[in-house]
Amino acid sequence: MTYTDEQTKRLAKDASAIIARYPQARSALLPLLHLVQSEDGFVSPDGMVFCADQLGVSTAEVSAVATFYSQFKRHPTGEYQVGVCTNTLCALMGGDAVWDSLTKHLGVGDDETTPDGKVTLERIECNAACDYAPVVMVNWEFFDNQTPESAKAVVDSLRAGKDVAPTRGAAKVCSFKEVSRVLAGFEDGRAGEGVGAGPASLVGLEAAAGAKPNGGAE
Amino acid sequence: MTALDPVLTCTWATPQSWTLSAYEAGGGYSALKKAAKMAPADITQAVKESGLRGRGGAGFPTGMKWNFLAAPDGGPRYLVVNADESEPGTCKDVPLIMASPHLLIEGAIITALAIQCDHAFIYVRGEVVHVYRRLLAAVAEARKAGYLGRNILGTGFDLEITVHAGAGAYICGEESALLDSLEGRRGQPRLKPPFPAVKRLYARPTTVNNVETIASVPGIIDRGAAWFAGMGTEKSKGHVIYSLSGHVERPGQYEGPMGMTLRELLALAGGVRKGHHLKFWTPGGSSTPILTDKHLDVPLDYEGVEGAGSMLGTRALQIFDETTCVVRAVARWTEFYKHESCGKCTPCREGTFWLSQIYERLERGEGTEADIEQLLDTSRSILGRSFCALGDSATMTISSSIAAFREEYLAHVSGHGCPTDPRATALFAVPAKKKGAGA
Repeated sequence: MTYTDEQTKRLAKDASAIIARYPQARSALLPLLHLVQSEDGFVSPDGMVFCADQLGVSTAEVSAVATFYSQFKRHPTGEYQVGVCTNTLCALMGGDAVWDSLTKHLGVGDDETTPDGKVTLERIECNAACDYAPVVMVNWEFFDNQTPESAKAVVDSLRAGKDVAPTRGAAKVCSFKEVSRVLAGFEDGRAGEGVGAGPASLVGLEAAAGAKPNGGAE
Repeated sequence: MTALDPVLTCTWATPQSWTLSAYEAGGGYSALKKAAKMAPADITQAVKESGLRGRGGAGFPTGMKWNFLAAPDGGPRYLVVNADESEPGTCKDVPLIMASPHLLIEGAIITALAIQCDHAFIYVRGEVVHVYRRLLAAVAEARKAGYLGRNILGTGFDLEITVHAGAGAYICGEESALLDSLEGRRGQPRLKPPFPAVKRLYARPTTVNNVETIASVPGIIDRGAAWFAGMGTEKSKGHVIYSLSGHVERPGQYEGPMGMTLRELLALAGGVRKGHHLKFWTPGGSSTPILTDKHLDVPLDYEGVEGAGSMLGTRALQIFDETTCVVRAVARWTEFYKHESCGKCTPCREGTFWLSQIYERLERGEGTEADIEQLLDTSRSILGRSFCALGDSATMTISSSIAAFREEYLAHVSGHGCPTDPRATALFAVPAKKKGAGA
């Protein structure tokens, strides 16, 4: 399988917009790989050839980079990447229990996808939200203060095709392909959605004021 | 009791705080208007006089870093903002950008004016898509308002900011690895020299600063170096964000002067989890030696924490109460360093794997007393012998936890496994597993 002429033309247009952001073309490789994931749902062999062609580097060089970063998937994955933080702090606050219950509930392990192709489960490292532990990320949106029950409810809704809203993020979790396109640097118009700050981000302000600040953060 | 003093965080509860209009309504971009009328050297001088030191962990004086940049030679020079926040426990830059992206952008523009560069990059870790959205939108808004682009505020000064998403690699928080990654390569650290100030991004003079550092710049320009230097301690000036997490009643972001103590911060945060008491904590993430309840009154500034045998790092205060098995905690951190070791140098690549295997053995109940010595010996073989600080960091909680809690390691040997119930650390009730309560 190779990209059709239509695909190549469309992706090449995106690629030139990405390359134009940098003084040297090679810097565009990470966003280009995100772009490939937005097309194929993973870094496909076609996608790697495409990146190499766009940048004038070898496919071996592209492959070397694609294999280094954990967000780049080397095989087809689900519509939703569900990552449970099992680094020390989240793990101890309950992340291990969330992980145990999700693996049992979904019947899949680390980097495995449910048979309906909806959910890929993975263990993730610290995602910079320790004050909201235990944390689950779905397509790199925050699901704060999770429990086994809340996490199971999230994956059940995703598998049922319902919209699911992160605690801090867009109004709904977009598909892995859609999110990958944002990470390639193409805005999706959702920056204004969601809160400015979650409750834990504001505790210091509340403590400083000696009272709760007025209004929400929306 | 030291009072909190929100500066960077003060707008976070404002409705639509991330928009240009909300930011300007709160006085945003007034510092840039002031800086636009200043000579570049005067901006750097103000930052130098403020005493601002790098908030990414190392604490290097920011003004001095800018001064080290090779003199302009007509060729490009770059500012790179390190927003690859990934250090376990560190969670300040992500909420800052989510709530107040224009503060970072204003700081970056002022910094670019000071160092005279016309292209800046913000390298955001890729695993926080909404943060990336907010930054992309804010850069577009700033450009439309004339704060970015050509001839900014009539100064004749041009600046573009490229917001770049990483793709999942802790090592890219290390500045030279970040630059390799930004150049489209595997994120592996580079040898020094040449130093960043001379040849870094595209082999040109480059300054790399943390998000919180750059976000502190507008305040210094707006309110003056003396105002900033009036906060904090003798050698650690200014305001800083303390991030409390773990077994604490109200985890979150607390901003105050440098040099607050954990005792003060815990009092503000409602104390350790009800019915429990402090066992150990990290002052600056998992790359800093752990401290215990003996260190509640250590001033959290660069010198104070160093005096207590640890490092201030990123003020990532992870709190663990007495239900926590220190071996389990450190084992998981060790697994993290193993996973994130970039593979470039042997001590780190091999050493972290060995360390992790020893921890697995201890947790399985198959460890020996010799294993504890082996952990220390292997740590010594990594510390100071790795290519970059990642290897050193992997050893920090190992050696410090054995020093403080050796008897707990020994209990894993004599008791053939962990003597504590791993379920007790969770913030909710965890049912027992069918066959015992293994980790």
